Amino acid sequence: MQPKSPPNPGRRKFLTYTTSFLGIIGAFFTAIPFVSAFKPSAKAEAAGAPVKVDVSKLLPGEMMTVEWRGRPVFVVNIPEENTNFITKNLERLADPDMDDPSQPEYAKNEIRSRKKGIAVLTGVCTHLGCAPKYYPEAKPEDFDSNWQGGFFCPCHGSKFDLVGRVYANVPAPTNLVVPPHFFEKDNLLVIGSDGVS
Amino acid sequence: MSENTIGKKSLDWVDKRFPVIDLFERHLSKYYSPSNINIWYLFGFLLLIVLVMQILTGLWLMMNYTNTAEGAFSSIEYIMRDVDYGWLIRYMHAGGASAFFALIYLHMFRGMMYGSYQKPRELIWVGGWFVYVLLCAEGFTGYVLPWGQMSFWAAQVIISLVGSIPYFGEDLAIWIRGDYIVSGITLSRLFAFHVVLLPILIIAVVFFHILALHEIGSNNPDGIDVKKHTDQDGVPLDAKPFFPYDITHDFYALGVFLLIFCTVIFFFPEGGGYIIEYVNYEPANPLSTPAHIVPSWYYTPFYAMLRAIDFPLFGLTAKFLGFVVMAAGIAIFAALPWLDRSPVKSIKYKGIFSKVFLAGFVISFFVLAYLGSVPPTETKNMLAKVFTFLYFAYFLLMPFYTRFEKCKPVPERVGDTA
Repeated sequence: MQPKSPPNPGRRKFLTYTTSFLGIIGAFFTAIPFVSAFKPSAKAEAAGAPVKVDVSKLLPGEMMTVEWRGRPVFVVNIPEENTNFITKNLERLADPDMDDPSQPEYAKNEIRSRKKGIAVLTGVCTHLGCAPKYYPEAKPEDFDSNWQGGFFCPCHGSKFDLVGRVYANVPAPTNLVVPPHFFEKDNLLVIGSDGVS
Repeated sequence: MSENTIGKKSLDWVDKRFPVIDLFERHLSKYYSPSNINIWYLFGFLLLIVLVMQILTGLWLMMNYTNTAEGAFSSIEYIMRDVDYGWLIRYMHAGGASAFFALIYLHMFRGMMYGSYQKPRELIWVGGWFVYVLLCAEGFTGYVLPWGQMSFWAAQVIISLVGSIPYFGEDLAIWIRGDYIVSGITLSRLFAFHVVLLPILIIAVVFFHILALHEIGSNNPDGIDVKKHTDQDGVPLDAKPFFPYDITHDFYALGVFLLIFCTVIFFFPEGGGYIIEYVNYEPANPLSTPAHIVPSWYYTPFYAMLRAIDFPLFGLTAKFLGFVVMAAGIAIFAALPWLDRSPVKSIKYKGIFSKVFLAGFVISFFVLAYLGSVPPTETKNMLAKVFTFLYFAYFLLMPFYTRFEKCKPVPERVGDTA
């Protein structure tokens, strides 16, 4: 026997649609805990607190690596003779004027820092997150016969100048990121906070 | 004789409740494969065996592995040194991963060479492609687990690829990692994917792949439709049952495969750094990138494509474009059934262009595999661009060259000369 059509087809249709609709809403809310559990936990977020660094022992030309949020942060004491060069090598850079917002507003200057002579850079290549290596001296290197000092990423050959500005025609799209930072005292650098403004 | 009756009775009892005999006939003793299939048709069987081996060895490894940033590296050393035969089980698993990819590449090439993806086998091909994609994910997640330097930095590079997606990429990458950088949190979720989610999906899709194959039957090196000529019982004339004929060949091939496989895992377990990288014997260190990051050999062609794209285009960053091209290099296989417009299946009867482009594809695959495994230089980057182009040319020009080239006539029956 063929099943007869329901006595009230409009009602049946209405019930089907409303039930499906409520089911979809239910599925959406059920997804929330699963999606949220994937986000950084409270513990992981707490590990992202600011760190303090004493830079008084950092000699000109030296670089120290500080860990903040599990990432390396490069703190570089740029020697006097190199600060001159920073303003001269601009034609090889992709974004010398720092239009890309990869630094806080207060670091959008030619030294990309709050303090002349101290560069603070996240040591994570903006290409695929490798740690660039520090080649401070202006001398011919294997990867660049006209090297002017800066950072070179060994993974895919991206090049950055001493204040982390990226060269043109390398895989990395943007300058190295300048993390939020301020100087609590003359030689006491705080990474991870903009300080009181 | 009485035993036989008891056996027969029990079989009857089961068969009335579960279709054992029907399944045996349909998939083995009355499943016909073309009589002209050759050595290229052995890899599917070997892949199944490797899948079983990976599940078995993986299960055993899991019993002694610790999925935390603090414990992972030393638990691998514990398996290698303190667990009886732990070294062998781990070498089988690591070597098995490489074997899996070697075999699946051969298996895929067979399909491309003989046009096995063509109508009516599109879904078999797409299903197989999906297994390959899942396998890539499985390989990657497994590679991270030993938490050595290469594990850590491979995870760092691959997950940050997601970060290149415009607008929400960076947030998505943090969501995937569960942290601001790759950490123990990331490790333990990749572990969950590697041992639960991905294996279940792989087994399920392999099941569908075989089910679809058994519905239509194997293609063959001539691309002849063997179902056209049957005897009065509907049995194809140019075919033979899988059991016992093909399975005996398959077991012989298994013997040869195991000979090679055992030689590798017993005498060259690290495969010269290709199966297990030397850098991975250093524990993960987030503050120091190894001088030269390379993926496992089976991803290097796609890694070379990623690196080859170093220029922005249409307002998209080079990084994002590289990611897109790399993903496209893997995804495009799925489109093959619809790109090929040739009236014939097999390369034997296709025209000169198909042969040249397939050769070009194979060469570019190997060259890119090499380029992806060595440090980048300007010349090599240029080469990578050229061969990435050649790789895609095989696929994207296929609708044109397959339609206009002159094909040879396909014989009606196996053994006929057209």
